[in-house]
Amino acid sequence: MPARLKLTGQVLAVALVGGLLGLLIWKVAHGSGETKDPKNFTLPRLNAPGNLELASLKGKVVVLNFMASWCVPCGQEAPAIEHLWRQYRSKDVVFVGVDTADASEDARAFIRKHHLTYPVVRSIGYSLWGPYGLTGVPETRVIGRNGKFTTKFPGAITHADLKRAIDQALRT
Amino acid sequence: MLAASVAAAAMVVAAPAAALASEQHPTLAEIEPEVMCLVCKTTLDQSDSAFANQERTLIRSLIARGYTKSQIKKKLVAEYGPEILAAPEDSGFDILAWWLPIAGIVAGAVALAWLAWRWSRGRRGPPEEPSTTPLGPDVEQQLDRELARFDA
Repeated sequence: MPARLKLTGQVLAVALVGGLLGLLIWKVAHGSGETKDPKNFTLPRLNAPGNLELASLKGKVVVLNFMASWCVPCGQEAPAIEHLWRQYRSKDVVFVGVDTADASEDARAFIRKHHLTYPVVRSIGYSLWGPYGLTGVPETRVIGRNGKFTTKFPGAITHADLKRAIDQALRT
Repeated sequence: MLAASVAAAAMVVAAPAAALASEQHPTLAEIEPEVMCLVCKTTLDQSDSAFANQERTLIRSLIARGYTKSQIKKKLVAEYGPEILAAPEDSGFDILAWWLPIAGIVAGAVALAWLAWRWSRGRRGPPEEPSTTPLGPDVEQQLDRELARFDA
């Protein structure tokens, strides 16, 4: 084998191994892709026309509730969330339901069944799962007026826990 | 022999017809192995979760409305995202998922064939020419002396 060809092969092999190693390091360093601050999104609303952009709510306390119609605990926590929304809506607190991994008609049926009046947006597939570090639904995040996460609730939330988290976020 | 040929010919004719029937009038059982249960990370036919049952209900309603298999898959992608398909689509960027493994196998086969050819050529090649470098006068004299002594 000519020396030049052999050298080229060796360089290519080393470059390939180096590239794969780099990918591995990048993946380990970035973990699941979860971002430190809330990732902005613009998503279509399910219970009203138009889109909702998360960044437009900056300066308010935001309660993000990730849910899906097929998820039983999502239905169990829905009355508490709707109750708190009605209680806090005049206090500069916005609730946003984020329907994910769900069919749109089923999501609309869920909204009707639980009489949800706060904005619910639709995220197709898993696009927000990585940035928000979701491992399942329901999950609720509270974002303070400064646009930073203040509380994270994986799983179904209770009325008392969410109320406490909102009050804490309003104080920040 | 004749019967086997007839059977083979019948299969060749019947297979596209069956595929067309499956495309035009799919059943839930035909679609289930080709789509995923997003929550369980398995194909739909392997799951009995709440998500899977809701997905089945949607597929059944689409079948009842006369959707073809392609239309059902398209609708599922629109509703749940491309992750809902068990295999990537054979168009656009996803086509790479089909062609890259084939390209890898072909490249590997070509590399192996080339190495085998090099190896066999090396083995069959003519023996190397003996060195024709002339001996120095000292070495030549010593060699003559050694040979003379050997002959004696």
